[in-house]
Amino acid sequence: MKANCWYGKRDVRVEDVAEPRILNRRDAIVKITTTAICGSDLHLYNGFVPTMQKGDILGHEFMGEVVEIGPDVRNLKQGDRVVVAFPISCGKCFFCQKELFSLCENSNPNPWMAQKLFGQSPAGLYGYTHMLGGFAGGQAEYARVPFADVGAIKIPNGLADDQVVFLSDIFPTGYMAAENCNIEPGDTVAVWGCGPVGQFAVRSALLLGAERVFGIDRFPERLRMAEDGGAEAINYEEADVYDILMEKTSGLGPDSCIDAVGLEAHVPGLIGAYDRVKQALMLESDRPHVFRQAVLACRKGGTVSVPGVYGGFDDKIPLGSLMNKGLTIKTGQTHVQHYMRPLLERIQNGEIDPSFVITHRMRLEDAAQGYEIFLNKTDDCVKVVLKPNETYPMTTKANRFSDDKVLSDRQSDHSAFSKGGATMAEEHEARQPYKCAVCGAKFDSQDQLQNHLKICTQKKSQ
Amino acid sequence: MNFTPGYEEERSGSIKSNAESLDKERLARGLGWFSIGLGLVEIVAPRRLARFLGVRNHGVLFRIMGLREIASGVGILSQRQRTGWLWARVGGDIIDLLALGKVAKSETVKPINIAIATAAVAGVTVLDVRCAQELSDGAQATDHTVKVKKTILINRSHEDLYRHWGDFQNLPRFMKNLESVEPITDKRSHWVAKGPAGKRVKWDAEITEDRPNELIAWRSLDGADVENSGSVRFETAPGGRGTSVSVEMQYSPPAGVVGATVAKLFGRAPEQEVEEDLRRFKQMMETGEIITTHGQPAGRSSTSWKYDQTVRRASAWS
Repeated sequence: MKANCWYGKRDVRVEDVAEPRILNRRDAIVKITTTAICGSDLHLYNGFVPTMQKGDILGHEFMGEVVEIGPDVRNLKQGDRVVVAFPISCGKCFFCQKELFSLCENSNPNPWMAQKLFGQSPAGLYGYTHMLGGFAGGQAEYARVPFADVGAIKIPNGLADDQVVFLSDIFPTGYMAAENCNIEPGDTVAVWGCGPVGQFAVRSALLLGAERVFGIDRFPERLRMAEDGGAEAINYEEADVYDILMEKTSGLGPDSCIDAVGLEAHVPGLIGAYDRVKQALMLESDRPHVFRQAVLACRKGGTVSVPGVYGGFDDKIPLGSLMNKGLTIKTGQTHVQHYMRPLLERIQNGEIDPSFVITHRMRLEDAAQGYEIFLNKTDDCVKVVLKPNETYPMTTKANRFSDDKVLSDRQSDHSAFSKGGATMAEEHEARQPYKCAVCGAKFDSQDQLQNHLKICTQKKSQ
Repeated sequence: MNFTPGYEEERSGSIKSNAESLDKERLARGLGWFSIGLGLVEIVAPRRLARFLGVRNHGVLFRIMGLREIASGVGILSQRQRTGWLWARVGGDIIDLLALGKVAKSETVKPINIAIATAAVAGVTVLDVRCAQELSDGAQATDHTVKVKKTILINRSHEDLYRHWGDFQNLPRFMKNLESVEPITDKRSHWVAKGPAGKRVKWDAEITEDRPNELIAWRSLDGADVENSGSVRFETAPGGRGTSVSVEMQYSPPAGVVGATVAKLFGRAPEQEVEEDLRRFKQMMETGEIITTHGQPAGRSSTSWKYDQTVRRASAWS
């Protein structure tokens, strides 16, 4: 099968590899229909996280069809359509039973590696270093899902892949970040980073009752997307973030601050240069600028919530501010399994359609290009999804990266696109010809539409 | 669990706590302080020392010798491995004696004072040599009994865990180096483990203590390739957190120093082996399986070799 493999800093390649097989009794094999590139994959792409090995298969956001199950998986069957949570969790240990799934005790076969760095080992993750298990990831045609009875959630018909695939990571991650803020009515929440997780954090904060949400970034298209989700945009290159937050909150500071950036914060000025130099000399593992800023800006007694990924030991953390202002820090890899079901319901109820975040749909074969444009934020890229079982380049915005031959094949095969330069909406429509007469949502098949209609008419009658 | 012979023993276990070794330690420490004291005199008052010996004022030379004395003194007092530093003192003593011999021929010297100095240095040299020798012997004669103790929390009742462990035939499922355990009688069993360099290690063992749901202890019988004993204790953890499982193991490899060197090439720290075995026991008891990634695909020709290498490299961090 084809799989996107890591070979070093800024070097990922789609290679032919062996197909996965059942290795443990609670495994399942999933044929992947949609997978995505996560912001945290970029930390691997940039070589900032240790214990990757050449040839490791990347990817931890994926969904597809169950094609094989191990003898101890009783709640799934062949043909089920599932989304897979990115942490691998046994469901039986002390932590899993507390629903702290990303802290599972039993899913990392190499816990001693993480123990050296973190003190104790968290759960194993797909395609995310050998320290966290060395599991083959989901940017591939097939993936092995260990503890599939806990990690895979069945998706009812009537929902498109693009609407539900982010239940694997970024939607629950943004949601948990907002939930960790303990939002009370009237609260103000500031979100650093309007990448995919930041976008979901903005929307989740509002869903959970925040009155005002600030989205902080420097890319106009990301700020626009945050504004579409209900945030007030702050461009940190145009103004001092602390000053502007104080001004907007009458000097109080936001009740909660969310750091959806993590270890590769881009910082202008002296402190940015300091972190970059220290990181390059390996004297500091991360660039924790956003965390510092969030601590300083947060209102007294408020909460700093950190969904952004950090890896090691960081300098100049304002512990004095943290202590004297009585702040609460909430963080962690997302306990995805805890959130998948309630968030699926929110999607079914039409409260949110996570597909808004997708700017690029590409073939699996184009993964390397996907990483490049996602890293450089070229072509207004916010989120890339890959379609392993589609053979034509699909995203209009990505067309310019595909070679002409493929493009012309695609144009002859799919006359709907033949005008060239079609917009994303047009393409979406062309792929989903079944339209709901009530709400206008579009679907791939008659079946999906029928299922949706049941929910939709019910909702309307309420 | 690691039944491989010849692992180098842990440092903490190597300090013999008998009176003899305490004496040696005390002597070494005294020599360390003597070094520092003499060094200070040489640095602070070289002129007076020169006058005492009746030689020309070799200020710089005396100060360099003083620095050397202080360095070996600090080395003896601050390092855990004193032997090397003590031999360094012996070297220094010889230089001192040679220097004294050389100045003794000049005319300005005070022969009596030189004789006093030479006698003092010679006396100290004897002490240095004895102490260094004894410490060196001690290092070679340490016995290689390995003791390991590890504890893990498992989310199952102590009855379940006791029952599972009590059936020794289950042990090879999670103890990586154990190949098989076959019961002979109620109390006795035959164990086969992987040794270094593909060798097999075999022994018969008997249960020495068996308190239901609480403790099992065993030891090898005479004629074992590797003399060993062990125990496992099950205690209910507070707050409904399952059971605390503590394992204690000791084994005495017969091959001595050579065996230790060979094992070092093939094995890892016994502490870690036991911890990994306990982790696997926990996985088995909590989830019903021992999770693995061996046999999964990757974009490289040989997965296992590089994979093992990473794991080894990572476990060498700290």
